[in-house]
Amino acid sequence: MRFVDEFRDALPVQRVAAAIRAATTRPWTLMEVCGGQTHAIVRFGIDQLLPSGLELLHGPGCPVCVTPVALIDRAIAIAAIEGVVLCSFGDMLRVPGSARDLLAAKAAGADVRVVYSPLDALRVAEREPEREVVFFAVGFETTAPATAMAVHEARRRGVRNFSLLVSHVLVPPALCAILDAPWHRVDGFLAAGHVCTVMGLDEYHPIAARYRVPIVVTGFEPLDLLEGIHRCVLQLESGRAEVENQYARSVHAAGNAAARAMLAEVFEVVPRDWRGIGPIPASGLRLRAPFAAHDAERRFAVGDVGGTEPAECLSGLVLQGRIKPPECPAFGTRCTPDTPLGATMVSSEGACAAYHRYRRSDPS
Amino acid sequence: MCLAIPGEIRTIADDELRTARVAFGAVMKDVCLAYVPEARVGDFVIVHAGFAISRLDRDAAARTLAYLAELDEDGA
Repeated sequence: MRFVDEFRDALPVQRVAAAIRAATTRPWTLMEVCGGQTHAIVRFGIDQLLPSGLELLHGPGCPVCVTPVALIDRAIAIAAIEGVVLCSFGDMLRVPGSARDLLAAKAAGADVRVVYSPLDALRVAEREPEREVVFFAVGFETTAPATAMAVHEARRRGVRNFSLLVSHVLVPPALCAILDAPWHRVDGFLAAGHVCTVMGLDEYHPIAARYRVPIVVTGFEPLDLLEGIHRCVLQLESGRAEVENQYARSVHAAGNAAARAMLAEVFEVVPRDWRGIGPIPASGLRLRAPFAAHDAERRFAVGDVGGTEPAECLSGLVLQGRIKPPECPAFGTRCTPDTPLGATMVSSEGACAAYHRYRRSDPS
Repeated sequence: MCLAIPGEIRTIADDELRTARVAFGAVMKDVCLAYVPEARVGDFVIVHAGFAISRLDRDAAARTLAYLAELDEDGA
């Protein structure tokens, strides 16, 4: 068992696709939550195996994409301070701020570095004690435990020149925000398998019950996605609205106990702005008081900076599943991965980037 | 960030963060195993931002594949 090829086998893929076609008697609209799932769906052509009338909407699960412009502007402002090293994941560097991105700030002389893990940023701080090292922490519940451990270690080891610009966000409040919108047309969700690997299933039962919507926690390989779709369709066709776990090889009902305990110790839940969507109550994380000394927003007063979205970018509609990327007039013309208007065209998890990479010759 | 693929644990160091060498195909990475205390050499783990967040369960994977192999194409 290598956990990859087994879940890409063509014969079972055809079999599950046939089972989905046989089970579907009415039009249904499902939303896959995670940008990683969106990429797999577009890359493997999963949507093209489905019967007409069974539609997949792409959800808001791209953390880089939902990071507010104002926070990117703040990161750029902090990076410009003398003596600061600003570290983040590679995807963040090319996300447009109001006037420029972090890569442009780096070209202008700021010390901006790409790291693979927040622990790499902590190592930079230990190696270069004369510098102020700021980690720009984006990500959902999957990535927040890594950030939490890094700041926990910084405090334990007394690494005072390490701080976080926190932009962590939470998936369940975003699902509620989508379901509360009057225009929403989501009949069922494929929930994000790795978010649930950390957090478990507890938060999803009340959503399924309150909104009468099936939620199937789903993995990332073709067979996972098809099984998730199949389970969701079976629920819809029989009038059920339950939480199911398709991704049992990684997800336990209680999640990852050690990671959840660390998250609870380091972070508290706060309202957050989502780029393209707006404010969502109780949808993000910030550092708790004992870690305040490592909070870059307290340490570097850069004031209110920027926060202007490019008017032409429709990524807010893409992130809410209201349009598909090719429906944007700028898609593939004025907005490309080389000259992106919005984050959804930049990130390896962005829906626009997925369509541009895999579907440019077939924008239907 | 969330495009995690499974990696196989090759070695585990005896440090506080349980730093492991994990193979993703031909690529080796240092990964923190602090959140998967049950993981051992030879296990496959899902890794995000340098941290393993789960040890993949072979029995559960086999059950999923068996379920799909027996899935009736008439939709049941």
